[in-house]
Amino acid sequence: MSVPILALRGVNKSFGPIDVLHDITLEVRAGEVLCLLGDNGAGKSTLIRILSGVHQPSSGSIEMDGAAVSFPSPRAAADKGIATVHQFGGTFPLMSIGRCFFVGVEPTKGWGPFRVYDRRKANAIAVKAVRDFGITRIDDGDRLVGGLSGGERQSLAIARAVHFGARVLILDEPTAALGVKQATHVLRIVNEAKRRGLAVVFITHQVMHAMAVGDHFAVLIRGAVAADFRKGEKSREEITDLMAGGASMASLEAEIESHMASHGEAAE
Amino acid sequence: MTTPFPGNLLRRPEAGALIGLIGVTVFFAIVGGIEFLYPSSVGSWLSRSATLGIVAIPVGLLMIAGELDISVGATITAGALITALVSGYYEQPIILGMLAALAFGAIVGLVNGYLVLKTGVPSFIVTLGTLFAVSGILLGATVVLTGTTSIAIKAPEMVKTMFGMYFGAGFQVLILWWIAITAAFYFFMHLSPFGNWIFAMGGDKESARNAGIPTARMTILLFVLSSVCASFVGMSQAILFQSVQATPQLTLIFNTIIAVVVGGVLLTGGFGSVIGIFFGTITFAVVTQGIYYTSFDQTWSNLVIGVLLLGAVLMNNTFRKMALSYAPKKEAKA
Ligand SMILES: Nc1ncnc2c1ncn2[C@@H]1O[C@H](COP(=O)(O)OP(=O)(O)O)[C@@H](O)[C@H]1O
Ligand SMILES: [Mg+2]
Repeated sequence: MSVPILALRGVNKSFGPIDVLHDITLEVRAGEVLCLLGDNGAGKSTLIRILSGVHQPSSGSIEMDGAAVSFPSPRAAADKGIATVHQFGGTFPLMSIGRCFFVGVEPTKGWGPFRVYDRRKANAIAVKAVRDFGITRIDDGDRLVGGLSGGERQSLAIARAVHFGARVLILDEPTAALGVKQATHVLRIVNEAKRRGLAVVFITHQVMHAMAVGDHFAVLIRGAVAADFRKGEKSREEITDLMAGGASMASLEAEIESHMASHGEAAE
Repeated sequence: MTTPFPGNLLRRPEAGALIGLIGVTVFFAIVGGIEFLYPSSVGSWLSRSATLGIVAIPVGLLMIAGELDISVGATITAGALITALVSGYYEQPIILGMLAALAFGAIVGLVNGYLVLKTGVPSFIVTLGTLFAVSGILLGATVVLTGTTSIAIKAPEMVKTMFGMYFGAGFQVLILWWIAITAAFYFFMHLSPFGNWIFAMGGDKESARNAGIPTARMTILLFVLSSVCASFVGMSQAILFQSVQATPQLTLIFNTIIAVVVGGVLLTGGFGSVIGIFFGTITFAVVTQGIYYTSFDQTWSNLVIGVLLLGAVLMNNTFRKMALSYAPKKEAKA
């Protein structure tokens, strides 16, 4: 198999006396989606903050293309092609699509001190980039990002990362706050990013969403990798059970249903 | 994509300010009489706008970047006092006094910016501190050096023409400076790529930094701009009035904030425009001057300003929501 773009080798992370991650070993490959599953507080966000340079591991190493690297800052990780998209996508809701897309790398025209921001070019490129990802409803680069739907905002942020040459895309619960239709949009875009050869780390606690796009799954329980398997190796029920920390979620569901049913009958 | 004219205008940060300006101007032309629109009246409220506007724009940019500067109330006095002290009391060439005033402004700005960055204390508190510190230094130093709290200055004709002259029917020459400075800030904020950085900083400082924007340098630059503009206005006031009192101009602080907020700048940052602040400044001046043309006692002007401020904020909120929810017609079908 090819060398992974990004790998964690025996990574531990503690905040003072609190151990949050234990001996994490994970690999992310080009053209693959790694789904990181786990209950609230399992350490998923901490793990991706290590990947994106917000935190540094307490011990263990990060490798990129097989060589050890360190990300002292989010900027350092971004410079190496690691793009992180947060839950609400665009972080500048009151900026236009074009301005938001090019923030920090504004295209200009003219010369010397009279260089001006090239709004037309910025808007055209930004709109094209999102439309290439299949979001055809966006056609005006002057619209404010805050006016887009949650799914569109995620899509804009992903398209932006891809446009600026990201190799690894980290998505922290991109579908958590979305309705079914919007979530489908985002999942489609995750697939498109994968098709273009990016490595994607996709965090979710919705098993269905993970199964729709994932090639490789890791379940995190109390800061440790409890299971690491590939697509097709486990059923939805098995994954759900794993996430619930071994307790049989499927049987719990059945119990609740039967309880509801009998309760409902009793009321009638 | 082009959108029909009114829709496009209403989505801009200055939409509310423009409507407010037209509203108060029409109001005072009707209630106060048509004299309110005579050139001599226009000259008086534009002259008032100029003093306020030169300070309001950089303060507004700071607010767009998510910061606040209330030390301008002391810096403006500093500009005036230093000009008068150097060129009046010590009889040095006027240019020295002017440069010293602007340099002092730059120092106050550097201190503000540096303290905000280093301490992480909100800029409201930091500049509240420098407001008092600078006023204290000024008053103390003036008394120690001159034995009084008021200094006279006599500027050469040429300099008076440049900063303290009236032309036409009561138009202060500072109006031209104000327009030029507005144009320069318009270029900086809306045409050059730096404006985008300022909007991004006000939207989310952390993300802006991660996007590679030198947020620290920009923050210091903006504080320096507001302090230098304030001391510039102080300097020209010294040249115009030929006498300077060592007291901070506390009302200027409120007035700049009112002009900026009426001008459509979002108090929490990330949204606003130079043209909006320009309109907001004139609106404020129209209200404060307009009251003299009515039969109301001028003591009522504060009530009008209060109502104006609240009305403007509500209107700007509405327009901002419209801008956010705006989507091209086509989308409705999709
Ligand atoms: N900066 C921090 N300092 C101390 N504890 C932290 C810090 N960040 C996260 N934690 C703890 O680490 C655990 C995992 O958190 P997190 O990574 O956010 O989980 P998840 O994203 O899976 O819900 C939590 O118990 C949380 O309280
Ligand atoms: Mg989390």
